Amino acid sequence: MILHSVSQSKEFPLALDPIAESAKRGAPSLGRQQDPLTGRLSGFPWWLVAIILILIWGAYFVLTTTDYREAFDFIIRGVQVTVETTIYAYVIALVIGLVMGLGRVSRNLIFRNSARFYVEVVRGIPILVLIFYVAFVASVDAARAVGLDPRGIPMQARAVAALAITYGAFLAEIFRAGIQSIGRGQMEAARSLGMSYGQAMRYIILPQAVRNVLPALGNDFISMLKDSSLISVLAVRDITQVARLHAGSTFRFREAYTVLALLYLSMTLVLSSLLQWVERRLHVSQK
Amino acid sequence: MSAKNNPIIEIKNLYKYFGAVEALRGVDLTVEAGKVIVVVGPSGSGKSTLLRCINHLEVETAGEVWVDGQRLNEKNKNINEIRAEIGMVFQLFNLFPHLTALGNIILAQRVVRNRSIAEARQIGLRQLERVGISEKADVFPGQLSGGQQQRVAIARALAMDPKIMLFDEPTSALDPEMIKEVLDVMLALAKEGMTMVVVTHEMGFARAAADRVIFMDYGLIVEEDTPEELFNQPKHERTKLFLSQILQH
Repeated sequence: MILHSVSQSKEFPLALDPIAESAKRGAPSLGRQQDPLTGRLSGFPWWLVAIILILIWGAYFVLTTTDYREAFDFIIRGVQVTVETTIYAYVIALVIGLVMGLGRVSRNLIFRNSARFYVEVVRGIPILVLIFYVAFVASVDAARAVGLDPRGIPMQARAVAALAITYGAFLAEIFRAGIQSIGRGQMEAARSLGMSYGQAMRYIILPQAVRNVLPALGNDFISMLKDSSLISVLAVRDITQVARLHAGSTFRFREAYTVLALLYLSMTLVLSSLLQWVERRLHVSQK
Repeated sequence: MSAKNNPIIEIKNLYKYFGAVEALRGVDLTVEAGKVIVVVGPSGSGKSTLLRCINHLEVETAGEVWVDGQRLNEKNKNINEIRAEIGMVFQLFNLFPHLTALGNIILAQRVVRNRSIAEARQIGLRQLERVGISEKADVFPGQLSGGQQQRVAIARALAMDPKIMLFDEPTSALDPEMIKEVLDVMLALAKEGMTMVVVTHEMGFARAAADRVIFMDYGLIVEEDTPEELFNQPKHERTKLFLSQILQH
């Protein structure tokens, strides 16, 4: 590395006057580096600018065009259902994922195999099929088993259950990877101090594991927000379903689906910048 | 110590296989309370495995391990209580990186010994002082040097008031200039009468602190004697060979 930069600075006089050049920049330079302006321009998030321009362009249409405004006013009413469904389903999926993730690394034969069985079954079935199955078969059976009228269960609850069961399997694998990313020495140190397996998990392994997989957990939250559009097949009035209704009744397909796409885009954009901020804060506090 | 004939660790005919690898092939060892035992031997001789069997981090294939009058086995539900009496110091420190130095020392006192925060904190600070780094109480392990980390690890084990301390090559991962600060702490501990089983390559420590030195090879105890006898007049050929290889450096 040092040799490399020396050889570079030897080439220096051929290209530039090093003294004048470094005086101009106020700092010594090591050869053919980009000048600061070029560096800043190439590191600038142009993609973000493009997305924001698209959102502004959409907002402009909504504000100035009747058809777009009508579509927007209609579809925005589905945001609450989309957000609610996603949050409920994600919280339940976190609990399922944590339990099943612990099962995946458990030494208990039954627990470990049950967790593996669940994960493999769920991952082997398309989400859309799982949603139909949970909504029209499993939840009906479950309701009958506890003596309830299946028709009394709202579709949104069935949708939440379906998404939670699907994502529980994904999150289980994330938790498993997180737990396995912690070296064996941590568990041994905890056990050698007299902690039980459970105490070691709770106080030593999981706090570190969760911190390691936080980005992955965040990504799956965004994925779930997008996959919540699938529950429109249950006629739950999330933004996708509401947009379909609007398009179907007005034949304004372009307006309805443009507004729909931009709504998802702005929600995921807000979420991912939120995630980045959390990650950066964690990274700082770790140091 | 009056407990001269009071064995606190008794190992009887211990076997440990890892698959086809025979790490221990019939080891007998008795350690009286207050004694310092140093275990030496070439790598792969079973030293660490023997140590890890004493607090059941490794489960024996055959044989018996008795600690403080209690037999360790799989069905032993109070294994956690027994482990709390046995401090262990690892080669790679194994501090909890998400907790401060003091946090490392407080946690097990709270959840295993059920001490109050105030008490655990007080004991933790006292132990940090004992290993000479009380000023690092609120620092995270990542910001400590290897020697400092290992001393925190020793303080963490001592805070549980263990009857036995096990050291698994505690200085092997340290830079040379940090070895002394850790050995000094261990020497002081030995002088205070702590029962210690130490796996190490530090022959100086063995000479200064050990009541007995055990030479292991191929999963067996080859020779067991006072440090003077074992280092100066080894009786076994393999011991001689091993010592000559070490002392050549």
